[in-house]
Amino acid sequence: MSVGLVIVSHSAQLAAGVVELAAQMAPNVVLLPAGGMDDGGIGTSLEKVMEALGAADTGDGAVVLTDLGSAVMTAESALEFLGSPENVRLADAPLVEGAIAAAVAAQSGASLDVVCKAAETALQPAAAPPVVEPVETQATAVTAVLTLINPMGLHARPAAVLAGELGAMDVDIEINGVDAQSVMMLMTLGAGQGTELNVTATGPDARRAVALVRSEVEAGFGEI
Amino acid sequence: MPNTLDTAWAIAWLRLSATVVAENRMALIELDRAIGDGDHGENLDRGFTAILEKLDAEPPATPGAAFKLAAMTLMSKVGGAAGPLYGTAYLRAATAVGEAAELDAATLVAALAAARDGVVARGKAETGDKTMIDAWTPAVDAATAAAESGAEPAAVLAAAATAAEAGAAATEPLIARKGRASYLGERAIGHRDPGAQSSALILRAAAQAAGA
Repeated sequence: MSVGLVIVSHSAQLAAGVVELAAQMAPNVVLLPAGGMDDGGIGTSLEKVMEALGAADTGDGAVVLTDLGSAVMTAESALEFLGSPENVRLADAPLVEGAIAAAVAAQSGASLDVVCKAAETALQPAAAPPVVEPVETQATAVTAVLTLINPMGLHARPAAVLAGELGAMDVDIEINGVDAQSVMMLMTLGAGQGTELNVTATGPDARRAVALVRSEVEAGFGEI
Repeated sequence: MPNTLDTAWAIAWLRLSATVVAENRMALIELDRAIGDGDHGENLDRGFTAILEKLDAEPPATPGAAFKLAAMTLMSKVGGAAGPLYGTAYLRAATAVGEAAELDAATLVAALAAARDGVVARGKAETGDKTMIDAWTPAVDAATAAAESGAEPAAVLAAAATAAEAGAAATEPLIARKGRASYLGERAIGHRDPGAQSSALILRAAAQAAGA
């Protein structure tokens, strides 16, 4: 199975809509809405959240995404009621982008930590303007130039795999100038088959991170 | 006056809170309309009305069970931020009193302090932010002082309620730094915080239920 997601919103319609959107990209992931009050009004309900949490964790854990203020507090309260279970994470993430990034990561079989990280890095700011880096940093950067060989290129699923795996590493890594730990930024590249990827990484896990990107790209993300 | 409070007191407190919240529904709505989204009175009234139904359906056996029932119900039925905030307060109070059938003054103070700490942890507000905390913190301080000077539970709760009322009144000149009112800046000055006001009402109900 995979990590499940619970979408907590003040509005039942909004929660259901986010689930609908995310399900398109993650058909095998358990996605449960917990929106609105028991009587259908606007608000968040502890009972609904706890019910959804119980059903979303099918063994690999669950990640909770929330919309505004009191939805966060209700989700936190639900976790407190349940005794802060280790297999449930509350993602500090934008609802729509976070849910989609997390759903795609869960669909690819990523672990609980990686799915949560995928949500939380979904909306990283665009790459900062280039700055003149000190020489020693440039010297320790690990780089690679790779070409996408799979027909679909760097679409949502491989973007989520890369961002998820890289997100769990201690590394600063960019692909064609965008943060490779963010699934949304990778998708903005719109990189199709034949596109050249310039990978630059620094940090303790730089070598491992670039090796991972290389093996995924050269294997066509398992799609060929 | 007895030197402990029991389950009957806890149930009486919740029932009296429901009555007081219902009576002050419009007043709380008006306070919230001035600096918030106007739903505090209605949301709390709905929550406490639901508590009455639960108390009738499955009467709790201990004060802790009564607090837990209140926590669960408020978190499920209130809808706005007051649900998880009051819910957490009651949940932490339930944990603080455990399975005890009778609560002495020291246990009551521990429960009030745990409730206040729960609201702080959940809402991430501090004293002076123009929130519930501005009623709760003086209440806990006053209850602690009263218990240390040997007061009985009813007097401890009365001291807490009086301090909470003063704390709620003292929110009027403040600029809000948390919640919806924080968007208003200086326009929040001159209005009492509805959460601090409802906290004072509920703490006064606790004292009255104890016969103070």
